[in-house]
Amino acid sequence: MNLSFTLNGEATTVDAPPNMPLLWVLREKLQLTGTKFGCGIAACGACTVHINGIATRTCVLPAAAVDGAEIKTIEGVASKSGKLSAVQAAWIDHQAPQCGYCQSGMVMAAEALLDQNPEPSDEDIDNAITNICRCGTYESVRTAIHAAARARRGA
Amino acid sequence: MSEEKTNGRNIGKIARRTFLASAGVVGGGVALGLALSPNRLKIYQDSVADGNETILNTWVKLTPDNKITVIIPHSEMGQGVGTGLAQMLAEEMEADWETVSIEQAPATDEYINSDLGRGYIVGEGARIPAFAYPMLDFAFLQIAKGAVGQITGGSTAIRLTGYHGMRRAGAAAREMLMRAAAKEWNVPINSVRAQSSILYHDASNRSAPFGTFAAAAAKFAPNLKPAMKSPADYKIVGTPKSRLDIPEKVTGEAKFGMDIIVPGMKYAAIAQAPVYGARAASVVDPANAAQQIVNLGNAVVVVADSYWEAANSLQQLDIAWSGGDLALSSIALRALHNEHLTETRHEQVMDKAGDAKAKLQSTETISVEYAVPYLAHATMEPMNCTALVRDGKCELWVGHQNPIAARDDAAAALGLKKTNVIVHNAYLGGGFGRRSSTDNVVQAALVAAETGTPVKLIWSREQDMSNDFYRPATVSRMRGRVEDGKISAIDHAYVFSDAGMPDSERPFAFQYDVPNRRIARHPYESPIPVGAWRSVDFTQMGFFNESFMDELAHKAGADPLAFRLAHKSDPRHRAVLERLADEASWGRPRTPGAAQGVAIVDSFETIVGQVAEITIDDDQRVRLHRMTSVVDCGQVINPSAAEAQIHSSLIFALSAVFFGEITLENGEIVQQNFPDYDMIRLRNAPVQPVIFMDSNLPPGGLGEPGTPPAAPALTNAIFAASGIRVRELPLIRAGFRSV
Repeated sequence: MNLSFTLNGEATTVDAPPNMPLLWVLREKLQLTGTKFGCGIAACGACTVHINGIATRTCVLPAAAVDGAEIKTIEGVASKSGKLSAVQAAWIDHQAPQCGYCQSGMVMAAEALLDQNPEPSDEDIDNAITNICRCGTYESVRTAIHAAARARRGA
Repeated sequence: MSEEKTNGRNIGKIARRTFLASAGVVGGGVALGLALSPNRLKIYQDSVADGNETILNTWVKLTPDNKITVIIPHSEMGQGVGTGLAQMLAEEMEADWETVSIEQAPATDEYINSDLGRGYIVGEGARIPAFAYPMLDFAFLQIAKGAVGQITGGSTAIRLTGYHGMRRAGAAAREMLMRAAAKEWNVPINSVRAQSSILYHDASNRSAPFGTFAAAAAKFAPNLKPAMKSPADYKIVGTPKSRLDIPEKVTGEAKFGMDIIVPGMKYAAIAQAPVYGARAASVVDPANAAQQIVNLGNAVVVVADSYWEAANSLQQLDIAWSGGDLALSSIALRALHNEHLTETRHEQVMDKAGDAKAKLQSTETISVEYAVPYLAHATMEPMNCTALVRDGKCELWVGHQNPIAARDDAAAALGLKKTNVIVHNAYLGGGFGRRSSTDNVVQAALVAAETGTPVKLIWSREQDMSNDFYRPATVSRMRGRVEDGKISAIDHAYVFSDAGMPDSERPFAFQYDVPNRRIARHPYESPIPVGAWRSVDFTQMGFFNESFMDELAHKAGADPLAFRLAHKSDPRHRAVLERLADEASWGRPRTPGAAQGVAIVDSFETIVGQVAEITIDDDQRVRLHRMTSVVDCGQVINPSAAEAQIHSSLIFALSAVFFGEITLENGEIVQQNFPDYDMIRLRNAPVQPVIFMDSNLPPGGLGEPGTPPAAPALTNAIFAASGIRVRELPLIRAGFRSV
């Protein structure tokens, strides 16, 4: 079927089976490979994107469910001119990624958290960021989220 | 030699290539380099040099506008290896760090990281891991043809390739540039100095950027033993340079093997035999849904226009598997392990001193048994590989720890010459030892040979978890005796399944001063595939030795940290323990009501001591508040990346100790996805202070040494908190859970 949605700010139409998970539509039909396949059962968070501003795991989300939605992927986080978001900049400042495979999902989860909660506590972060990282970047990720929160608040 | 066979126009280029090749095969020197065929040189030139780049030696390129590229013969899987190696080279080259970039070495024989072997050849006392042995012909110290190559494993990149190779390549490049400048300026070389990519002759007030002399410098042969800097003069090494691979990892641009797109590419999903040794006797497609089915015998593959379609079609197939060991189970395996533990006929004595047997004929002897399970690697990026086989050639796109083996195994499977297989190595979404096996590569190559199109083979998470080369399960019996507050004897017997660890790394050693020792392993070939898992045999041995050390301390009525100190004479070990007591606030936990546990393991030439600080609630749920690490890895190359490696390796260990267990029932692996094989996440990750000892000693490894002490530090803390000694992992076996 033909699906239409806003993808990283641009009107997009794609022909995909309605049951195909959004993850594979993004990766294979639209060649946006920044969103990753990790588990296929929404357990690890590597496939996290924003659907209407909500951090959503896309490996089990049928494409038909996002018809008409506003979708943001990791490729749409920096500005069109390439200026990094506060979260991305903090990620670099704190050298958060290691292998990097889970980090697109981590960044998307962190962006959504800060959109909703500009000053999250450690407990807020624990509850919101449940992504798995096998490289154990958690401490750097936590530090980077706090730093990004401060930067976004202009503190 | 090749020049004679080329026309005049190419002589300059060929000469340069020849030179570069001679520098490349460092162990054998010029003669081996000259023996390279013209064909090989062409591959070399095509694969490395572009346009106006001049290759100064195997590992460094320089452009006239002063840009330096360091060629990295190791795979990037999160450890920041490219940045660290480039720092080592740039330091000795006196390069301007801002002009340095990195490039992945092509998977060709010229770029084998032969410096692994060179450390041995030049007699610098480096331990050479067993996987490097095939590179060396010990009679002639030649590099064996086509043996192993760009292996990333054994925590070797910095301590071997970097320390013995990259530093020297940088220093040699600097000398060549200085010689070129000296010649041009007609001054003695020792009056020329290099600083921040600029050459100076102070007396005549002349200076010029490196790039000016790139072409002239390349005409000199590199000095294989150039003068190198004193660590006291380091300006780039030892500083937390931003990792060069990180920016593209926050924008989604970094390309992992999974992300490769080849025009016209199809996608493949795979079902491997659920029982070891089974074969697909028949494959029926009742819905006639599959675009193309490939029966590999031990696996069935469906190829389609998208992965999702391929995976769906695969699920609908009716595959009849036959054969295989259906009786295989964890319970049966444990019984076999126990049998092997008491069976001494084939034992291999790894360490012996004094007379442990006599000393342990005492009622004072304590004897305990430990057991650890099989563990999966569970890299975040499931196994995958993209392949194209056409016109007698094969191209592979994959993130691999051993791209030369990937090339060779694909060539063997396809019946092609190795030189007709090209590997494009991508970023690895985690390796931990798993991506040194070539099973996925061979499968992709065989499927691509069937389809004739490019094919990306993707394993589901379930396939990945149930078709691993697991960390071997094993059992251990430790016996020991304490007399007058000191350990008088120790006897360790354990079941040993070979996961590729070289004995030269001495994972079995009981790392304390004990006069009477006997350590023997009882070989047992695992019926399921096993392989290197971050820190390899040190994970099991660290748990056994450091748990037992705690038990002996308890028996002696001594403080566990003081007891360890009382049995350590190595000053570096002692310094780590003393610093750890201070940094971790030993005996005075920062968390009210918390208990502490300590462990220290020396692995891969790096010493890591850790203190775990925990509380346990009424439901036996363990909260790990802090894990403090003190590390002596010699010279730290990049403090930020080094700290990340300690965080990484201890979290890797903690996921295993809390949750990790691969089991078998009816011949099949039980665990399939993360809910059955859970991981530490943000909410149960501890605070992780990491302290590096100041040192100018040669660097040790860092990718793995943070793993071995983490499990025993935690279980020793559990003992301190509860009086319950955890002798089997994971924790659930002793009734403990994570918060």
